[in-house]
Amino acid sequence: MKWKLAIPALLWLGAIGYGQDYYPKNDGVKASDENYTALTNARIHVSADQVIDNATLLIRKGKVEQVGASVRIPENSVVLDLGGKHIYPSFIDVFSDYGIEKPKRAPGGGRTAQYESTREGFYWNDHIRPEQQALEAYSFDAKAAESLRKLGFGTVNSHVADGIARGTGVLLSLNPEGGEGQRVLDDVSGQYFSFEKSVTSRQSYPTSLMGAMALLRQMYHDASWYEKGGASNTDRSLEALLAQRGLVQFFAAADKENILRADGIGDAFGVQYVIHAGGQEYENIDAVKATGAALVVPLDFPEAFDVSDPYQAGYISLADMKHWNQAPTNPKVLHENGIRFAFTLNGLKKQSDFMEMVRKAITYGLPESAALRALTSEPARLLGKADQIGSLQPGRLANFLITSGPVFDKETTLYENWVRGQRDVLADMEQKDIRGTYSLVTGGKTFTLEVGGKAGSPSLKVKRDTTDLKGKIGYTGDWANISFSDGEDRYRMAARVRENTADLQAKTVLPNGQETRLTLRRTAAYEGDKPKEGEEDSAPEVLPLTYPNVGYGYSSLPTRQDVLFQNATVWTSEDAGILENTDVLVRDGKIARIGKGLSPGRARVIDASGKHLTAGIIDEHSHIAALSINEAGHNSSAEVKISDVVDAEDADIYRNLAGGVTSIQILHGSANPIGGRSAIIKLKWGKPASELLYEDMPKYIKFALGENVKQSNWQSYSRFPQTRMGVEQVFMNYFQRAKEYQAKKASGKPFRYDEEMEVLAEILRGERFISCHSYVQSEINMLMKVAEKMGFRVNTFTHILEGYKVADKMAAHGVGGSTFSDWWAYKFEVLDAIPYNAAIMHNQGVTVAINSDDAEMSRRLNQEAAKTVKYGGMSEEEAWKMVTINPAKLLHLDDRVGSIAEGKDADLVLWSGHPLSVYSKAEKTYIEGVPYFDLEQDAQIRSRMEQERKTLIGMMLDEKDGGAKRTPKMNRKERLHCDSL
Amino acid sequence: MKPHYIVIALFLFLVGAPGNAQQTPAPPQEGTISITGATLHLGDGSIIENGTLTFTDGTITAIGADVAPAGRVIDASGKHVYPGFIAPIKSLGLIEIDAVRPSDDEDEIGGMIPHVRSLIAYNAESKVVESMRPNGVLLGQVTPQGGTISGTSSIVQFDAWNWEDAAVKIDDGIHLHWPRSFRRGRWWLGEPRGLQPNKDYADEQVEILDFVRSSKAYGTGANADVNPAYQAMQGLFDGSKRLYVYADGEREIIDAITALKEAGISKVVLVGGYQAYKVTDFLKEHSIPVLVSEPHALPAMEDDPYDLPYRLPKMLVDAGLLVGIQNEGMANFQTRNLAFYAGHVAGQGLDREKALQLISGNTAKILGIDDRYGTLEAGKSATLFISEGDALDMRTNLLTHAFIDGRELSLETHQTELWKRYSGKFARQ
Repeated sequence: MKWKLAIPALLWLGAIGYGQDYYPKNDGVKASDENYTALTNARIHVSADQVIDNATLLIRKGKVEQVGASVRIPENSVVLDLGGKHIYPSFIDVFSDYGIEKPKRAPGGGRTAQYESTREGFYWNDHIRPEQQALEAYSFDAKAAESLRKLGFGTVNSHVADGIARGTGVLLSLNPEGGEGQRVLDDVSGQYFSFEKSVTSRQSYPTSLMGAMALLRQMYHDASWYEKGGASNTDRSLEALLAQRGLVQFFAAADKENILRADGIGDAFGVQYVIHAGGQEYENIDAVKATGAALVVPLDFPEAFDVSDPYQAGYISLADMKHWNQAPTNPKVLHENGIRFAFTLNGLKKQSDFMEMVRKAITYGLPESAALRALTSEPARLLGKADQIGSLQPGRLANFLITSGPVFDKETTLYENWVRGQRDVLADMEQKDIRGTYSLVTGGKTFTLEVGGKAGSPSLKVKRDTTDLKGKIGYTGDWANISFSDGEDRYRMAARVRENTADLQAKTVLPNGQETRLTLRRTAAYEGDKPKEGEEDSAPEVLPLTYPNVGYGYSSLPTRQDVLFQNATVWTSEDAGILENTDVLVRDGKIARIGKGLSPGRARVIDASGKHLTAGIIDEHSHIAALSINEAGHNSSAEVKISDVVDAEDADIYRNLAGGVTSIQILHGSANPIGGRSAIIKLKWGKPASELLYEDMPKYIKFALGENVKQSNWQSYSRFPQTRMGVEQVFMNYFQRAKEYQAKKASGKPFRYDEEMEVLAEILRGERFISCHSYVQSEINMLMKVAEKMGFRVNTFTHILEGYKVADKMAAHGVGGSTFSDWWAYKFEVLDAIPYNAAIMHNQGVTVAINSDDAEMSRRLNQEAAKTVKYGGMSEEEAWKMVTINPAKLLHLDDRVGSIAEGKDADLVLWSGHPLSVYSKAEKTYIEGVPYFDLEQDAQIRSRMEQERKTLIGMMLDEKDGGAKRTPKMNRKERLHCDSL
Repeated sequence: MKPHYIVIALFLFLVGAPGNAQQTPAPPQEGTISITGATLHLGDGSIIENGTLTFTDGTITAIGADVAPAGRVIDASGKHVYPGFIAPIKSLGLIEIDAVRPSDDEDEIGGMIPHVRSLIAYNAESKVVESMRPNGVLLGQVTPQGGTISGTSSIVQFDAWNWEDAAVKIDDGIHLHWPRSFRRGRWWLGEPRGLQPNKDYADEQVEILDFVRSSKAYGTGANADVNPAYQAMQGLFDGSKRLYVYADGEREIIDAITALKEAGISKVVLVGGYQAYKVTDFLKEHSIPVLVSEPHALPAMEDDPYDLPYRLPKMLVDAGLLVGIQNEGMANFQTRNLAFYAGHVAGQGLDREKALQLISGNTAKILGIDDRYGTLEAGKSATLFISEGDALDMRTNLLTHAFIDGRELSLETHQTELWKRYSGKFARQ
């Protein structure tokens, strides 16, 4: 630790002894201060839940001795009569980086990624740094401590906010005097984690959120293996992690969904994190509540956007506007749901906005007591330090605030912040409140002066008759300085505020330069700022949530319906073929009956005459609805899971529904020969990510071959493999190791749990299926041979653009092909890609699907399927199967979806016409009997969104009279593809 | 088909198109050809059922329901005849494989380079260009990419030995990318990724207008030294060249058209026009045609309706504008889907023959080649094709014959040859 000398330039009253009594003293005589300080006549908020009127707080040597209405004041006491002022415990921030030197960004970073770690004797990944001690990086920062005290804080828990495992925090008292011996309350107070990499290392892994999650899981596995003596080396990171597991574990999730991600990791390893939230928990409060985690909640409510320019306003998304409107309700919603939370300053752009933001939360419904708890007892409890801080019971540190009134009131003045009995005067509480109305007569003119605002820093309004004049007031100590001008003449005055009269006697400099004494006669007492019309009484208008709470969200989730589609042309995608004038009955989310003249019973009847009913489209290769696609930090990333990062609020889900798509496989990208595990989801727009995933989701993993994995198209020359020859060796090596891993595991000997190897072993056992990105025939053939040597089968080749050259071999191996309809020429390896590929593979007996790999194209896979009719002469019935039952087969879902058959999920699309026609559109899209897309419903949503925009723009204009400073920045997500890094 | 063509076709099939084989351009039309019994889609919004079309020396001589066939008769009963589709604003022939830099000639360095001409780099033997033809796309505007003023385009036909041969209209227009008032954050400079106001928008406009004004001033005086960039701009002021201005936002469209008209440029075409539907009155008032972006695009803004790009061309047509479709932003190979873009717009309720105009008659008018191309009309070029069915629908876009200036071109490609080669391989097994 850098023990810096503390030189606070502060006003020090009431010096309480802070010398260490066993330290020798050479600059004077040694003395101790055994005196008491008694603060009497106060309204003491002992804690958020206990208030005592006319009470006394007795402190000595930096601690509370007694508190109560009948405290006996010892003789050697300094008594301060507070005359009804309030005392509160001072505030605590558990998620601070106060006093911590900002970690320095590692230099360099060429185009070639750095794969190795830079440290020795530590964990293999530089971003795992549990050995990092905040105490080591801490030095006293007098200025920052002062500004924190000004906001009412007395204690902060500081940490190095850098890395995935960030090491320990340090609990710091903000007293200016007394040295670090009286500041460091706990030098290992909690252990911190996040999903963000350290800036101090350029080690590439992990490049993604899902990679960070996998890394944390592996870290815990490795720690447990290390603890059992599995490793032959010393790993100071794991040792620190193990040593610190008994501490409070904080997780910087900073996002409503990341809370769930962090909690999931914790659950798997028996850790309950205290989680730093993102501020949007009001949107998924049930799921957040279910984690059982206590939260650390930011107060960075967004500012209003500048919407005065209609062109500019057009760039702001409804979701961002709504967040501005709804975010201040977040603390209230957390409170109402019984979630325990502490506030943090972290995230606030200007810390000085802190009080205003707390007040905003209160205005939006958070009880004041809950706000106080979130700043005092709750953070103390989270830290396990409730016996020291967060309340004013005897024995606690004498950390308290003296205020003029209720601490969160707008007009309350925060007079003093005592930390460990050290008194920091923020405003002079002896100062008289001079607010009120005064009359001044001079030179035949009569002026009215209204002094308002805060008692400690008043504001001035001057009037002559009814004309408003310019004026200002300064008020320090006993002196008020007033100046104003009536346009002709300027007046300056200095008044000593006397105790014995309400009038102000002021030495005045008259316009002619003469000095005189004038009396400002007090004519009325201060009444408080008058609320603007209608402002005070009406609670702020908050728009209701939608599902999801972004554009095109539903006002209420659509519900399952029993439906009878009457008289449709039914494309069964089964042997039954295409049935004319046929009814399909949906009951309880399943296809109940197919036939003619079916009785609806209670089902809602939909006249489908002239329309076509098909199974929902299934896209075998999609990258929508995910927050990351590639983990590019290693050439094998089997440990990552797309299901960890499903984004249920991606507008492309809704757009896909509008194109008749009901199921997709979200594949990992093609950065590595061995990619990550897939998520297979239904596009249940409005539901949380966890409910989009298929139940008993078939297990898949993405593999990739060719230019992307050998990094041919960018300047990268250091990663193995650089050739197709090397790609084979990656596979051989990993599968061989997986076999050895399985053998070791089966032998009962101790082994290091390796998530990557576990996944590869699943492939070897036939429990997990491969969908492999592939282009040219040589590599396609190669992977089939690798699989045959290793004793498993490749399930699917995706892209597979030269599949037509080896279709016979594919059929013999038993692998399916999921391909583009007509893409080619975008890189060298697709020069021989032809649109007849699907037809040739199909003719050779390969199960063929048409996929998108593209958020736009996936919305019209019906048209892409139709191209196989043009290119290669597929029958329409077979063409349609390529986007329904065939991808279902390739995903091992054909017993549940992909066709219209009794007993299957009612994932159905009603088309305006022939589903393969360019002229047709999806009118209704059902998933398990729930209408997730409907043209009429879509029209209603559009007009509701229009209305919401109008309302919100109006509210923003009102709030800032059009003068809001925040310019729009659309939060638009990057659209991800196979090669998105 | 004449015997020696059969020999050539057979030869190509057997040899299996090694390396960079390209279909041999067809020789000039010999004798009169008549297409009978077909549904004739004229490309001007109208249709002739069971019609006959005759052409001689590359020019349509007669068209109608009661025209007497002459010369070689192609019975197209039940089939459909269309004018060759026209692909504007494409770098076809300027780049072959997107990821292979040596094959890339589409984007020259420099911000204002109107003197850079696409035509001389046009690869008449491109396999990608060749693949346009079996889908009915027979003409294209070969357009440089990038920069502010990317260069000068030319219009070519897709069955040629070399670029001179291919040229239909040389140096037809100059391409200007109007700056954006909002742009994406340059995250590599530490800016947030979202859209944000472009602080340089005003300056960037001034820079363009200064260049335009300087070019105009240059043309009015005697200049000792040639300024190639200013020189290349001269056609814009006498109306011999068109200015294609790329703008998507409402504000940018208004700024661009207003400023360029004031600067004295007579023929301005709007390219892109994502928010053109909000300013249709303005565009009509200035008689600005629109080459709108392809409908197969995602909404550019999060809250825009999913089908806005689908409907946009129709909205502009309904407002009375002259509209064509381009797919500048897509990879070149995608341009063979031009017909399906039009079909998709028809699916949004636009009359199918009007939808056809978006890729034929209207486009020819916008590009200024409607004296010869774009519609089926006596006196115009016999640049047309016969399809088994509706050419705007992928299932029935099946070409049997295609002609450019009366020359009957091959509908084989690198891709059909591979198809036949491997189908043949498996048939033998």
